[in-house]
Amino acid sequence: MSELATPEVIFAGTNGGALTDIADYEAVGGFTALKRAQAMTPDELIEELNASGLRGRGGAFFPTGRKWSFVPKPDQIAKPHYLVINADESEPGTFKDREIMLRVPFRFLEGCVIAARGIESKHVFIYIRGEYEREFEVLRDALEQMRAKKLLGDVTIVLHRGAGAYICGEETALLESLEGRRGQPRTKPPFPAIAGLYASPTAVNNVESITTVTPILELGGAEYAKLGVANSTGTRVFSLSGNVERPGNYELPHGYPLRDLINVVGGGIAGGRKLKAVIPGGSSTPILTAAEVESVTLDFDSMTAAGTAIGSAAVIALDDRVCMVQLAIRVSQFYEHESCGKCTPCRVGTRWLTQILKKLEAGRGDHADLDLLLDVGGRINGTCLCPLGDSDAIAVASYVSKFRDEFLDHIEQGACPHNGGSSLEGIQAPTDIHAAHLHHANIERRFEVIA
Amino acid sequence: MSTLQTEIQEIRSRYPDPLSAVMPALQLAQERAGGWLPEAAFREVAEALDLTPAYCLSIASFYDMFHLEPVGTNNIEVCTNVSCAVCGAKDVVDAFEKELGIHAGDTTEDGKFSLRAVECLGGCGWATVVAVNNRHRLHVQAADVPGIVQELRSE
Repeated sequence: MSELATPEVIFAGTNGGALTDIADYEAVGGFTALKRAQAMTPDELIEELNASGLRGRGGAFFPTGRKWSFVPKPDQIAKPHYLVINADESEPGTFKDREIMLRVPFRFLEGCVIAARGIESKHVFIYIRGEYEREFEVLRDALEQMRAKKLLGDVTIVLHRGAGAYICGEETALLESLEGRRGQPRTKPPFPAIAGLYASPTAVNNVESITTVTPILELGGAEYAKLGVANSTGTRVFSLSGNVERPGNYELPHGYPLRDLINVVGGGIAGGRKLKAVIPGGSSTPILTAAEVESVTLDFDSMTAAGTAIGSAAVIALDDRVCMVQLAIRVSQFYEHESCGKCTPCRVGTRWLTQILKKLEAGRGDHADLDLLLDVGGRINGTCLCPLGDSDAIAVASYVSKFRDEFLDHIEQGACPHNGGSSLEGIQAPTDIHAAHLHHANIERRFEVIA
Repeated sequence: MSTLQTEIQEIRSRYPDPLSAVMPALQLAQERAGGWLPEAAFREVAEALDLTPAYCLSIASFYDMFHLEPVGTNNIEVCTNVSCAVCGAKDVVDAFEKELGIHAGDTTEDGKFSLRAVECLGGCGWATVVAVNNRHRLHVQAADVPGIVQELRSE
């Protein structure tokens, strides 16, 4: 993109393509960061990370250097230390880690070896989303090339494929899954730094965070920190999707105006329509109205001040055709489907939210249902082991608070005011299909019993 | 020991704890059994890893990509999450339903096609994403569907 005044950091040297041959990667300076890192002590590495200001790119924005510093030294806990990479990208709207793995697999794997040194680990597990088959193959091939060149040293890297469960992006659920159990979150404490994988000291980092470690070592932490803005240093790969002319992944510095991402980089709203709302950081983040989009920038502080979050940097632009009640249903159905079932408020609450929303959409709701919706959401928030249920409740509550009139129109008109013209009209979610199948199954079974 | 069980032993050696091998072992067993997990597959995986078949079933039933019933030779999955949905995923699902003569969630009688609506496949900027046997096709529109089905039929 010519209008970008920022140097690429994650995708540097790719010229818009992919660096999947090790010679090509070396030709653009590959593995110089690893050599630098090998001359440094683990503490010096953590210092470099702290100087860079790098914060986790998975969604929580936790300082990466600090996370590593929480992992005890080998003499403090004499168990193997583990580095686990969260490549289970599944937050709706997010597709950046996938492009990173496809286009700069060596930069990512180089970051893994550096990070392993930072926490004094010899064992790296990459938990990659099951649906990412090509990405798995690219990483497997890249690993082979690195092994052949003995670039892994005494570090082993195991690729472990997920099998379709959003919850495994939550770090303790991921660890459970990696240990061979159902992916359900653990109680915390103990935190993974102390008792993570196999009850041993573990750092769990996102793909983009670890890939960024490599250029940080090349540039130096202080130099990297000059990119972006205070509290949100460096660049970020923003996933832009929805009703824009040019959706895609764009590496931009933090602090870039959201409006410009949509209108300049993304080419504006498709078909010359009007922007209605933006989900700024993955489907779990509170929505912004078109008016709010005008003034926010893509960084932690600006997003927090606007009452939302930068999350996984997944920006979903929605044009004026979208029905906010239908949006709430579809988002809620996702969390209902992906709830692991361990905590009752989430298991029951996400389903309940969907049911209330469906009643409202059908024009059968009244004002008490709107109160009930917010009340049920309020009873999910903060009452579970992980934030999956909260994500549903918070997202839905934000639609109600910012588009209340549209919810009220459904009640007062006794029908959806979009009158069949919403861009989400008639969409089938997996939960709808499960429900239809269960219905058939029950009827059949009942006949058997009667017979 | 069957070939599958020998391969599972190799998988087992990658992990400090053999229990970690249960998911990759089930993935391999599913691949070998034609895309789903019959009862015999659970017995084999369980035996190879010193687990019970019931435990293996408890794992498989948790994850979406393990199938407990036969799926079509071509397992077609259409993402219907928000980003794909606002870009026409419904039309894509409708087109597949029409072309295959089945509803989403079903398998054709000849066992050649299964059609599912699925949650976000992680290709939101390339809507609509359609996975055929886990291979992602991007920017799929309803008009592309007859061609895709024809291509898969002729394979």
